[in-house]
Amino acid sequence: MKKTLFDKVWDAHVVQQIDGGRDILYIDKHLIHEVTSPQAFQELEDRGIPVLRPDQIVATADHNTPTVNQHLPVKDALSRNQLEQLSRNCKKHGITLYALGHKYNGIVHVMAPELGITQPGMTMVCGDSHTSTHGAFGTIAFGIGTSQVAQVFASQCLLLKKPKSLRITVNGKLKKGVLPKDVILYVISKIGTNAGTGYFCEYAGDVFENMSMEGRMTVCNMSIEMGARGGMIAPDSVTYEYIKGREFAPKGGNWENKLNYWKSLPTDDGAVFDKEHHFDAQDIEPMITYGTNPGMGIKINGRIPEEHSASFEKALKYMNFRAGESLINKPINYVFIGSCTNSRIEDFRIAADYIKGKQKAPNVTAWLVPGSKQVEAQIVAEGLKDIFVQAGFELRQPGCSACLAMNDDKIPQGEYCVSTSNRNFEGRQGQGSRTILASPLVAAATAVEGKIIDITQHLN
Amino acid sequence: MEAFKQITSRAIPLPIENIDTDQIIPARFLKATDRKGFGDNLFRDWRYDKSGEPNDNFVLNNTEYAGEILIAGDNFGCGSSREHAAWALKGYGFKVIVSSFFADIFRGNALNNGILPVQVSGAFLKNLFNHIETDPETLISVDLESQTISISGTEVSEAFEIDPYKKMCLLNGYDDIDFLLSKRELIDTFEETHFQIS
Ligand code: SF4
Repeated sequence: MKKTLFDKVWDAHVVQQIDGGRDILYIDKHLIHEVTSPQAFQELEDRGIPVLRPDQIVATADHNTPTVNQHLPVKDALSRNQLEQLSRNCKKHGITLYALGHKYNGIVHVMAPELGITQPGMTMVCGDSHTSTHGAFGTIAFGIGTSQVAQVFASQCLLLKKPKSLRITVNGKLKKGVLPKDVILYVISKIGTNAGTGYFCEYAGDVFENMSMEGRMTVCNMSIEMGARGGMIAPDSVTYEYIKGREFAPKGGNWENKLNYWKSLPTDDGAVFDKEHHFDAQDIEPMITYGTNPGMGIKINGRIPEEHSASFEKALKYMNFRAGESLINKPINYVFIGSCTNSRIEDFRIAADYIKGKQKAPNVTAWLVPGSKQVEAQIVAEGLKDIFVQAGFELRQPGCSACLAMNDDKIPQGEYCVSTSNRNFEGRQGQGSRTILASPLVAAATAVEGKIIDITQHLN
Repeated sequence: MEAFKQITSRAIPLPIENIDTDQIIPARFLKATDRKGFGDNLFRDWRYDKSGEPNDNFVLNNTEYAGEILIAGDNFGCGSSREHAAWALKGYGFKVIVSSFFADIFRGNALNNGILPVQVSGAFLKNLFNHIETDPETLISVDLESQTISISGTEVSEAFEIDPYKKMCLLNGYDDIDFLLSKRELIDTFEETHFQIS
């Protein structure tokens, strides 16, 4: 039987098939953070169950951490309590924790790949929907709820129905200024925010083959925004190069063994998917969103469509935009470059490249938030920090930050924020905030100009 | 987990599509380390204005409507994996959520907390909204055993799907942990060979 990448990895992790089409799926790696784990630890304690495989769990503090003065005690009492609870739980159960300030601390989906924890052919879960990011390595990775976190603690397994398979193929050459973020925003704008529900998605075609690992992570990260549980890209030499030599990458003879296994993973020619979509790279332009879900995206120089539904009108009202309107020249006071979608070194290189020799617009508050301590260190080492500082930008410390605004990094009521994050839901970046999703290039240009500009004109 | 069999209740209509988990429970309320108290902040930013005053236009503040059933627009529960959304709905007192479509992770989280997500056709959903709008006292019955949802005192009813295993769990109040722990030997055996190949 011809198998897909997804089938191969899934089937290798089935402990047992249960009547009614459920599988007991073995989980190789379990990532945890402070927000969705405390109730799961509590559940175990209440039931008197130990954590079965603490050495397959890695913890970080990211969602609820400050992005300034991380060396000081966390001010907010509730946040501090949540962070302390994570430390206590990890210590008690013998789980590795990269706490605030640790040189490996960072957003869970940035930290794990850069340490070589994420590897092809694995199953990975985390109590966070953007766990789909790790699929960039040919990994089955998906977000789970807290009850499932407890299940994995207790048994290293989950009871799941195998999702259906979806393949999104994008062939051709991307235009100048079109980044991985634009590719995924384009795809979601075409197929909608629930087109992937019930499916696991594989991204295929030249566009993804020619992408860096950082770009592939950006794409897989947003799989959940079209409803899919996860996205995957077949591992290839780009993947192996990225992993090689990282802290937890296989070493010596083990590397060769793993490599052989990884090379067997790509989808067999002729394997059948339940659903397929094809797009042409030439049709993709830099994208921007105008509404309150990530599917409400347009080409940056396009116009907001006309639609007549209560939810469409509600979204436009919230954003204070009109149907038929162009977003070019809209004044913007907030810019956020960060989140597990776009806070890797490549994203800051793109931003720095644009910003170099220019100045931040005076009306703009810009938050540049690296995804991890390691990214932060690299920004400094590569001299990007100097570029940012000279242009009037402030580099903050790593964390989820304004992506979900659990800490103090909140966009004020009514303000627009051009953001490299993944969700433009009502109030996502702070009560009453209005999020416009875009690539790091568009975000950097907005910060410099103080308004949205037609980046396509600028590049030519 | 509490068992769920049958419920007859009035219902609260929320005919908005794509209600995401950030609306159900905004991130700033996720700092608790237990499962309690989230119901107070259910739909917080729709329910209260900036100064914390109840927003009269929001259905939960409208005394005409009450009940343990929430009827919501298409694609309910999209967005984050936060189970806090299910805890908030449960904490507020909802036992059943009806919609024409549920996001994957939310559906699982609801079931793991003894909340029944009932997926109905778009036409049936519209019919429900119409009935409740005309008469907020309308009673809705949801029977898990027979997998039907109906409007009491009328012929209007529809069958709904539910995974047989999840149905069994809900009817008996079991959860996946009990089941998985019973498979411990199998899991150990699996691990012995698994780490040699992958
Ligand atoms: S950066 Fe945003 S999307 Fe990513 S893990 Fe943090 S909160 Fe979730």
